[in-house]
Amino acid sequence: MKRTTTLVSVLALAAWTAGPTLAGPDDHQLVINDEIQIITEAAAPAHMDGIDTIYSGWRFRADETQALELDDFENPGMIGVENAMAIWETVDGSEGKSCASCHESAESSMKGVRAVYPKWNEAAGEVRTLEMQINDCRTTRMGAEKWKWSGGDMVDMTALISSVSRGMPVNVAIDGPAQSTWEKGKEIYYTRFGQLELSCANCHEDNYGNMIRADHLSQGQINGFPSYRLKTAKLGSVHNRFKGCVRDTRAETFADGSPEFVALELYVASRGNGLSVEGPSVRN
Amino acid sequence: MASDVKARVKVPKSATAGGTITIKTLISHKMESGQRKDGDGNVIPRSIINRFTCEFNGQLVIDVVLEPAISTNPYFEFEATVPEAGEFTFTWYDDDGDVYTETKAISVS
Repeated sequence: MKRTTTLVSVLALAAWTAGPTLAGPDDHQLVINDEIQIITEAAAPAHMDGIDTIYSGWRFRADETQALELDDFENPGMIGVENAMAIWETVDGSEGKSCASCHESAESSMKGVRAVYPKWNEAAGEVRTLEMQINDCRTTRMGAEKWKWSGGDMVDMTALISSVSRGMPVNVAIDGPAQSTWEKGKEIYYTRFGQLELSCANCHEDNYGNMIRADHLSQGQINGFPSYRLKTAKLGSVHNRFKGCVRDTRAETFADGSPEFVALELYVASRGNGLSVEGPSVRN
Repeated sequence: MASDVKARVKVPKSATAGGTITIKTLISHKMESGQRKDGDGNVIPRSIINRFTCEFNGQLVIDVVLEPAISTNPYFEFEATVPEAGEFTFTWYDDDGDVYTETKAISVS
């Protein structure tokens, strides 16, 4: 009788330890539509000290979530891309122009753009994100109203611009005139915010692969943005995600498009130099 | 009519006679459940796709009743056997009375 009890408890222990272990990224390969090879693992860029290997957030998601990205038909983010294709051709503003009037086909003219943004703009003397460049086009060339930073049209348009660069390695410049902005972003990344006193690095550098309550922490890479979140059932911008993270530290967040978030976006993008552009991605 | 509704269907162009194929369908639709309230506290009226059917040469393949808990942009993936060349007809029924239809022809080799 005693033997049986012992055996049962040993089995129970074995069953418990054999549960899913989420100690890090899985080893799955991401190939979209059976043709676009996505690099989800690469050697960390030289400027990073705390991490040797960088991983796309895709590698930290559940199999079911990962599967949604394998086929554009199943990727809900592609609905946003389709919307943006229609907007691309639609004339707006006082100049009677659409995006296509100057840029013709997004598939060829926008190829590679996502990979190098945020990027220094010499004429404006500032680092610009895709959103800033799009709104500059809208106001100065089209004579149209600005879009809201994280509004539907804007996020759909960045999804379209990302989608045509999928598979190309992220390669943002951090030297030259962009360097001071990059340094500022790095400082924000390592600064503890909020009542919980958490910096980006506390979760995404020191603890990626571990569970934070029910969530499997990734490295916080932004190569997959804009990202379709199953939780909100819509595409979200990078700054929207940043706000969510800062809010979760119980801090007052910076605003969409603030200089702080532009700097942080450049810095975080540079931590993904070498991973493929993946947006629109699917996350939980 | 609900805004931004667009039906999408993925069917192979050909199949072997009697063979099984996988069909994928997705319709962009906000699927408003009727449970939510707007900023002023008024209930946002229910507006969902309530039924989806697929027919092959007039013969019913699948008939689905959708309920308010189904999330935005309903996606269906299912299998069908193809006895002969013909046409699939997909139909979505909206709460507001609209009916959206897509057809896809398939050949048999």
